[in-house]
Amino acid sequence: MVEARQLPRRANPRLWLAGGWLLAVLMAAIFAPLVAPHDPLAQDLMLERLPPFWVTGAEPGYWLGTDSLGRDLLSRLIYGGRIAFAVAFAAAIAACLTGSALGLVAGYFGGWADRIVSRIVDIWMAFPPVLFAILLVAVLGTGLSSVIIAIAVIDWTRFCRVVRAEAMSQARMDYVENARIAGFSRIDVMLREVLPNVLPTIVALLSLEMGIAVIVEAILSFVNLSISTDDPTWGGMIAEGRLSIHQAWWVLVFPLIMLILTVLSFSQFGEGLKSRFDPVLR
Amino acid sequence: MSTPCLEIESLSATLANGVRVLRSVSLTVEPGEVRALVGESGAGKSMIGKAVLGVLPPSIRVVEGRITLEGTDLGNLSPRASRALIGARTALIPQDPLTALNPSRRIGPQMTDRLVRILGWDSAKADRRIRKLLDDVRIREPDRVLRCYPHELSGGMRQRVLIAAAFAAEPRLIVADEPTTALDVTVQKQILRLIAELQREHGTAILFVTHDLGVVAKISQKVTVLYAGKVVEQADTAALFAAPQHAYTRALMAATPRYTDPMASLRPVDEAVLAGLSAEIATADRNWKPNTKGSGHD
Ligand SMILES: Nc1ncnc2c1ncn2[C@@H]1O[C@H](COP(=O)(O)OP(=O)(O)OP(=O)(O)O)[C@@H](O)[C@H]1O
Ligand SMILES: [Mg+2]
Repeated sequence: MVEARQLPRRANPRLWLAGGWLLAVLMAAIFAPLVAPHDPLAQDLMLERLPPFWVTGAEPGYWLGTDSLGRDLLSRLIYGGRIAFAVAFAAAIAACLTGSALGLVAGYFGGWADRIVSRIVDIWMAFPPVLFAILLVAVLGTGLSSVIIAIAVIDWTRFCRVVRAEAMSQARMDYVENARIAGFSRIDVMLREVLPNVLPTIVALLSLEMGIAVIVEAILSFVNLSISTDDPTWGGMIAEGRLSIHQAWWVLVFPLIMLILTVLSFSQFGEGLKSRFDPVLR
Repeated sequence: MSTPCLEIESLSATLANGVRVLRSVSLTVEPGEVRALVGESGAGKSMIGKAVLGVLPPSIRVVEGRITLEGTDLGNLSPRASRALIGARTALIPQDPLTALNPSRRIGPQMTDRLVRILGWDSAKADRRIRKLLDDVRIREPDRVLRCYPHELSGGMRQRVLIAAAFAAEPRLIVADEPTTALDVTVQKQILRLIAELQREHGTAILFVTHDLGVVAKISQKVTVLYAGKVVEQADTAALFAAPQHAYTRALMAATPRYTDPMASLRPVDEAVLAGLSAEIATADRNWKPNTKGSGHD
């Protein structure tokens, strides 16, 4: 009698791989003082430009080698993860909350709410984002919180646009009408009927945005606009590595790999979560 | 005579460009009665249902008329009060069971939501109630179905769930908008029989939208024939089938295939009849002025 269709549940390797990498970097960042083999700021000119462990001339204990000031690369990468993740989480969540809330209201209510929000988004998007970011940080002053604010202020429109479009198409569905007939208020319908259907998209975007925030933070560090230059950041390390690329390629390559893997993992993790969350795709 | 369950008086609605989609529609549904609303596609059948349930699309405006639900003029209520009344007294059995259930919520909470959060039942009572109704619509494994997401059920199962949900709150009026059109033929009959059975058992009045005269004959006591948003004829179902008064109704009946002679009766509605109707409507539109004395309804 019950003609239910049961789809076999597929394992999702990219979700697990990406999630595993992110978790590992996150844990290392949180427990950096315990995990990092050396002080990331300790300079030792006797140990400058040591190569990674598999290259002849490597020093035991300095797994990924050292930079031109003799600082341990692995330790700096681990500490750099702290800033990368702090920026990723804070900026992406702030952008997500603002953008999704406005997008949901605009898409579901339509009318003048939609006209106002869409207008603001159009104006916002007229600014080139990198220029916008540099301008904002210049105004707010360098520092971790300025970077976070700059990213959130620029990128909420990404959430707003996508969530608005999704909410709009959901609002036309019969189940929304049905909930209205049953007597639920518009706010109720928006939060209980529409939001759950937009949530998978929001989660995917959130993860993607964390990756973008990591890149933006790296770019700002690269042009020396992020936090103070003493604290290790991946962008700052890339900038330094660029100068000694011919003598010590590893100083540039490891932070680059770290950055790329992390950004890629964020986007893959988001996609994986989305298909995981979505009862229809699942 | 008792108060009608639903009374629509001279309801007119227009699009933004002023074109009328409903032309002074009046109809009444008595308590416990099934009134069929027939007409071809685009006649405005769904619009009447949506107007009653307070969910007209924003592009459509009611310009005259009154909708009265069990003696209460909806136009006299605040939007909130009219929502509450509609929520307590009516329900919809929709056309498309695929989009009428929220894809990301399980069946159980979707069914109990209204009972618990609108009607204020405690959840145990609501749970018993929907299990009883799932049983009534012949769903044998309620535990499993209640835990399912809509996409895990077939179209027929989803429609059963929606029928159970519609009757669960004991509404006085159900609007059934072509509840079998989206289903395949074998399932259609079962669903129709279920609706008829539950209707009789609960004594619920139904405004039954359909374009199928065969369905009209099976389920309804009264019929309203609609053409281009205008009521063409209203009668007892038996009387209408015995002696249709209006040429359009006769043409519609002639166009409905019969089992005895399916091919012979497959004629389109006569051109002359349609031309006459269109002329009639055009004249009426020219002379029509919205009667704003009737309270508005939003
Ligand atoms: N959202 C809308 N905005 C504007 N006009 C609409 C909208 N929905 C329907 N209409 C128009 O209103 C008229 C009545 O449509 P309605 O859906 O009530 O027809 P119907 O009798 O239910 O037809 P069907 O049998 O195809 O469901 C049609 O002319 C249609 O084009
Ligand atoms: Mg319709």
